[in-house]
Formats: sequence, C-alpha cells, structure tokens
Amino acid sequence: MSVAPVEAISIGASAGAVQALLRILPALPADYPIPLFIVVHVPPDRSNALVSLFAAKCQIAVREAEDKEPILPSTVYFAPSDYHLLVEADRSLSLSMDEPVNHSRPAIDVLLESAADAYGPALAAIVLTGANHDGAAGLKAVCAAGGTAIVQDFADAQVATMPEAALTACPSARVMTLDDLIPYLLTLAAT
Amino acid sequence: MDAALVPDGPMQNGVEDIEIQLLLEALYQRYHYDFRHYARASIKRRLLQARSQLGFASFSAMQDHLLHDPATLPRLLNYLTVQVSEMFRDPSYFRALREKVIPHLRTYPSLKVWVAGCSHGEELYSLSILFREEGLDQRTLFYATDINPDALRAAEAGVYPLEQIRKFTENHQKSGARSSLSDYYTADYGRAVFDKSLRSQVVFSDHSLVTDAVFAEMHLISCRNVLIYFDRALQDRALGLFRDSLARKGFLGLGSKESLRFSAHAPAFADFVREEKIYQRQDV
Ligand SMILES: C[S@@+](CC[C@H](N)C(=O)[O-])C[C@H]1O[C@@H](n2cnc3c(N)ncnc32)[C@H](O)[C@@H]1O
Repeated sequence: MSVAPVEAISIGASAGAVQALLRILPALPADYPIPLFIVVHVPPDRSNALVSLFAAKCQIAVREAEDKEPILPSTVYFAPSDYHLLVEADRSLSLSMDEPVNHSRPAIDVLLESAADAYGPALAAIVLTGANHDGAAGLKAVCAAGGTAIVQDFADAQVATMPEAALTACPSARVMTLDDLIPYLLTLAAT
Repeated sequence: MDAALVPDGPMQNGVEDIEIQLLLEALYQRYHYDFRHYARASIKRRLLQARSQLGFASFSAMQDHLLHDPATLPRLLNYLTVQVSEMFRDPSYFRALREKVIPHLRTYPSLKVWVAGCSHGEELYSLSILFREEGLDQRTLFYATDINPDALRAAEAGVYPLEQIRKFTENHQKSGARSSLSDYYTADYGRAVFDKSLRSQVVFSDHSLVTDAVFAEMHLISCRNVLIYFDRALQDRALGLFRDSLARKGFLGLGSKESLRFSAHAPAFADFVREEKIYQRQDV
C-alpha cells in the first residue's frame, strides 16, 4: 500500500452505478479537498441527467468535465456521454472521441490509465459494480504506478463481474463494501 | 550518474515520456507533422497502441525506423490521428445550421464553406446534402481539409460501409431532412457509394491547423472534434486562423464539447447558437 497522500480519486462504475454512487457521494462534505473523476457507462445523451441528479443530492460540487479545464479541489467531475475522459500530467482534464474501449465511451480503462500516469502513487482508484470488464486494465495500471487500488466487495456489488475482473487483474487491490468506503474516503482527506 | 542512484518504478514512466517527446520532435523535424502540442494523454495512449501493434520494443526503436524509413510515416499517422466520425453526428447541430445559419447565408450570391479536419468526409457530405436540400449548393464552394492523406483519399471517394448507413439515415432525419439519404448513394457490395455530384464543388486539400496558414475567405467554418485533441495554446492558434479566415459576420461551428471559453480570441466571436457551439464573427 502506498504512503503518499492521495491527491485524486478516480471511480468507475457500470450496472448499478447510480445506487452505489448515491450512497457514497452525498456523504462527502462540501469542502472535501480531493477532486474525484468518475466514469459511469451511460447510453449517449444521458450524462447530463447524472450530473443534475448528483448535484441536487451532494454537498460537494458536481460538474460535467470540460475539455482542458484545470482540476479544482472539492469537485466531482463526471465524464460526458460519448466522450472519453482523460487526466493530463499538468493536472487538467481532456476529452477525446477515440474509438470506444471495451465497447464503451467513456471507458473506465481510459480514465484510470491516464490518471495513473498523471498522479502515480498519489491516486486512489475504485472499481464499483458492473456487468463487464472495463476498469480491469486501468486498475492494473494504477497498481503498477504505485497508486491505491480498491474494488467493491463482490457480495456488496449489485453486479460483481466488474470488481471481480479488476481484482483478478490487480490482486493487490483492497476489497471494500460501500459502508467501508465512506469512512475510508473521509480519512484520505484528513491525511 | 551512478546507475544505483536511478530509482526504478515510477521513473520508468519518466523514460517513456522522454522517448515520446523525442519521437514527436523527430516526426516534426523529419516530416513536418507537428504533434508536439497535442493533448498528451491521448497521444500517449495511441502511441502505446502503435508500439505494441507495430511490434516495436520501445519508442526509441520506433523513432529509429521513422527517421530512416519513410514507409513508417503513414502507418504511424493512422495511430496519431483519430478517424472516428459519422454523417450528421449531433443532428441538433445540423438542424441549427439549417434553421438559424442558412437564412443568413442565403443573402450572399456566392459562398465558401470550410470543413477543417474532415476525416473520411462524413461531415463534408452531410453539409453538401444539407446545402443541396436548402438550394444553396450551386453557389457554394466547399474546402475539405485534413492532415491525414489516407483520410483525404477516403473523403474523396465517399464510400462507407453499409452497416453505418442506418445510423447516418437516422441522424439525417433528425437534422430536419427535406429528402431521403438514399437519394444520394447507391448500394454496392456492402458499401454505400455517395453520388459524385455531391463533391463537384469541393476542393480536397492537405492543410494543418497547426502549421499552415489562411487560404481563403469563408462564410462558414465547421471544425468539429479536432480542437479537443490540441492543448490550449494550439487551440488558440487554430481559433486565430478561423478568426482570420472568416468574412465579416461569418460563422464558426465547433464540436459539442469544444468552446471559445478559454480562448484569447473569444472577443472576436459572439454566441450565435450557444448550445450548438455556433459562433458569429464580430468586428473588434
Ligand atoms: C475525430 S476526427 C473528426 C471528424 C469530423 N470532423 C467529426 O466531427 O466527425 C479528427 C480529424 O482531425 C484531423 N486532424 C488532426 N490534426 C489535424 C490538424 N493539425 N489539422 C487538420 N486536421 C487535423 C484528423 O486527421 C481527423 O481526421
């Protein structure tokens, strides 16, 4: 496990994402200092609905990521629908319309691999519920870069396929339930 | 430095990043393709793909080939540029052009339209069809430009796999179509071959928004999903080029996730259809 303080958190979720994120994100205070980048698999045109849904329920600021915007603390960034979300080494965000990865655009792998590259050991990445294998390669990259890798407890996940695949790709990942995750995220902010 | 003093682990990344920087520099100096200021995370991803699929052990080995064997260039370019497109992608953009921009364009006796970063021509044929439906095709000259020669060749051919046609047709209808897409192509061995009259007034040309200059005065520039691949400085360079290319009160259309918000050139443009990223050139 890394000792560097966590400077960014990336989350990937698919089937069951909304319910899982509704447990976690509203638990973060408005001044939660660490930025969060989130990819949820949604059909094209749905993403703005996610942003307004979570903005209404969260204290922390929730936004759709914009191309080339500098990353701010205390902000949750959702990938827009039909674009990949990437993190740049200068700690800004980029969007791309490259081919879908794992049949998905946005893809969790694309976010996690670029975030691992940008933040190295200062990244915590979480793969939540989902019915495919997106995020597995990404979580492996997070481990390789010395970051903190976490997968949702299989019994706790609405669909366990995605966290299972991620744990197989990255066996050193920590396994947590949503109930474990909330205090854990709060402690990250305290260090 | 003593090898023992070089830490491993994250430093590995450091070496790769140096190699990528050098590779892009070599590409620029040898062939004048300038990717040095493209958004790096996406370039890196695609170069990693190229490295593994073209079978190079390292980016340095790739650079060696690139410098000494020009045949490596087109193969690499197909990784470095992203050829993902659709006809009438974002139908609401084309609907806004039809309903809000075309009425202004009608007042001109002759028109010039520039499709910058035209990829395989999907956006160009969309506009060509739209202008025909609106009765402006006879007075319009189109310029379709890109830096990828394979893409330009494909754009000139206007042939697409039939399995894409359903999506194209659906998009076209949502754009407020006044005709049927099937009026413009013939099906042939699993391919849709678009009517060559759609490109009778089109100039296809190799032109880079990074290294080339203004070449004509335009009434409409459509440049979608190209600027997102650039860093901010480069986006500004391209937007400056558009500013200088547009006639008084000319129009600029960008991709749905692109905007002038962070640009030094923003004052030269006014929002025209805000939600569709359509701007109008202002006198400043
Ligand atoms: C993702 S495609 C966009 C295609 C189309 N405009 C659309 O929105 O569907 C990006 C295109 O930009 C081209 N491109 C990349 N760099 C360029 C440059 N410096 N100047 C002109 N075109 C460029 C690529 O070759 C590719 O064809």
